[in-house]
Amino acid sequence: MTTPRPVGEPARLRARWLAAGLLAVLVALVAGLALGPVRLSPVGVFIQVLDMIPGVHLHSGLTDREAAIVTQLRLPRVCLGLLVGAVLALAGGCYQGVFRNRLADPYLLGVAAGAGLGATIAIAWQHAFQLLPGVGGPGTPISVPFAAFAGALIAVALTYVLGAAGGNNRTPATLVLAGVAISAFLAAGQNYIQQRYVETILEVYSWILGRLTTAGWHDVRLLLPFAVVTGVVMLSQRRALDVMSVGDDEAESLGLHPARTRLILVVAASLATAAAVSVSGLIGFVGIIVPHTVRLMAGSSYRVVLPLSVLFGAAFLALADLGARTLAAPNEIPIGVVTAFFGAPFFIAIMRTSKRV
Amino acid sequence: MTVTAVRVRDVRVELDRTEILTRVGLEVTTGSWVTVIGPNGAGKSTLLRAIGGLVPYAGEIELFGTPLARLRRRERARLVATVPQDPVVPAGMTVLDYALLGRTPYIRPLASETATDLDVVGDVLDQLDLARFAGRRLESLSGGERQRVFLARALSQEAKLLLLDEPTTALDIGHQQEVLELVDRMRHQRGLTVLATMHDLSVAGEYAQHLVLLAAGAVVAAGVPREVLTEQLLAEHYRARVRVIEGGQGPLVVPVRGD
Repeated sequence: MTTPRPVGEPARLRARWLAAGLLAVLVALVAGLALGPVRLSPVGVFIQVLDMIPGVHLHSGLTDREAAIVTQLRLPRVCLGLLVGAVLALAGGCYQGVFRNRLADPYLLGVAAGAGLGATIAIAWQHAFQLLPGVGGPGTPISVPFAAFAGALIAVALTYVLGAAGGNNRTPATLVLAGVAISAFLAAGQNYIQQRYVETILEVYSWILGRLTTAGWHDVRLLLPFAVVTGVVMLSQRRALDVMSVGDDEAESLGLHPARTRLILVVAASLATAAAVSVSGLIGFVGIIVPHTVRLMAGSSYRVVLPLSVLFGAAFLALADLGARTLAAPNEIPIGVVTAFFGAPFFIAIMRTSKRV
Repeated sequence: MTVTAVRVRDVRVELDRTEILTRVGLEVTTGSWVTVIGPNGAGKSTLLRAIGGLVPYAGEIELFGTPLARLRRRERARLVATVPQDPVVPAGMTVLDYALLGRTPYIRPLASETATDLDVVGDVLDQLDLARFAGRRLESLSGGERQRVFLARALSQEAKLLLLDEPTTALDIGHQQEVLELVDRMRHQRGLTVLATMHDLSVAGEYAQHLVLLAAGAVVAAGVPREVLTEQLLAEHYRARVRVIEGGQGPLVVPVRGD
């Protein structure tokens, strides 16, 4: 009965891919800390980071000033990059699975448009905006991250509530179409406000292109709890996503609850994306390209795609941010420009050399 | 011992406000093979979907003595396995991983496959002569091979009832016979009950002990193939001119052109 037979191994995350992902994160971390206006020794930087671990006492050989640059200036920003990249790539992978659509990205259900409108309202409000006569006006600021977060969640909620054909028939297709409609609707609102308050355009535009700020640990602290909780939820559904790949009907005949699985994943991925977008702006391309690249290289099972998207997404965005702040120093290039400019050719190269598309 | 595998009584199904099934009743004895025949649009697939618990219905459906409505999803998936007419072929998935999907009702929601699951699937792949394809991607297989893999996933569910919706439509006659012989062998070896739908009437009659003729959402004839495959019934419900001749394994239905 238990004679060994050569049926092969089921899809799972292989140790060498896990190691490669961790190595990528480490490289991005050390490079992000060592490079910049002040160039530091990678070894010293690495030791300096180890030294921060409670109970570990090492001497990095960096001066106090250099150590401060690493731990107070660069580390928060690199960590934010790692976190935002991990969140966007993981959420993108989930969306692609849940909608069985390889073109799905984390902004599919209106997160981007909602966040954009929210941020625009907040920025306009800070300048001159009066929501209603007597309400708001210059000097009553609401925080841009909060407005973006709220806008993103409202947009996804609208898409989900309205995205049902014939009253209650919610399919991937109806949700995607509703997402397109809601996005267009909210973008129209955003454009209108921008037209009315032209002085906001530059600020809104720079927010849309995305940027990671060097504002200490504040943004990391804001994003971390969302990232951890939603990350655990999303990763826990990786086998369910493989089952979902045969379609709702067959998944249901296999004992899964496809609608419930979809709802869980949409909520988790949207929350994560909204939180990431609220601190980083609309960084494009990561959520669609990273899961794809992982799929092409390491296999298409979500048990492989999701965990590796976390690692490679983190590394990719941290490196992109390194490019954003060093390539044209002392000026910064918007990070969204860097992700697309380097990500697109890289992705084409991977696709052309891969056997499995 | 003679528990009825499927008991359907007064079942009605409405889709998009159109009545697809009107008061359908049928019984399938445990261990037998019953095939539902009928013209396009008669409701054959919908009947199978209702019995598989995939479409809301009114009336009574019992599987092995338990009302379908009282079964939990995972319990139901351990009792009845479905091979749809046109299964989705997930991009990039290997034959082994695809067959392992059949173990879903046995795997706790957040867990992954155990050695037992791998053993069950390994046995199934062996029996279906698919072990050498285990690492191949499903898309790269031919139609006949794929149909065997679809069957492998269903058998991996270790369900006692197998619902096959047009299992042979995409296959040439050689592969049709190969797949149906395989199903029949599995039925004997594993004590399965098979409920299928089929378009080829001669083939339907050769493999099934009982046929059910469905027309316009209602059962119009049921019984052994000789009783159902008559020139008169087929002319009436298929609007077809056929000659029924006696074959070794049952009546053979031959279409003939009119004058």
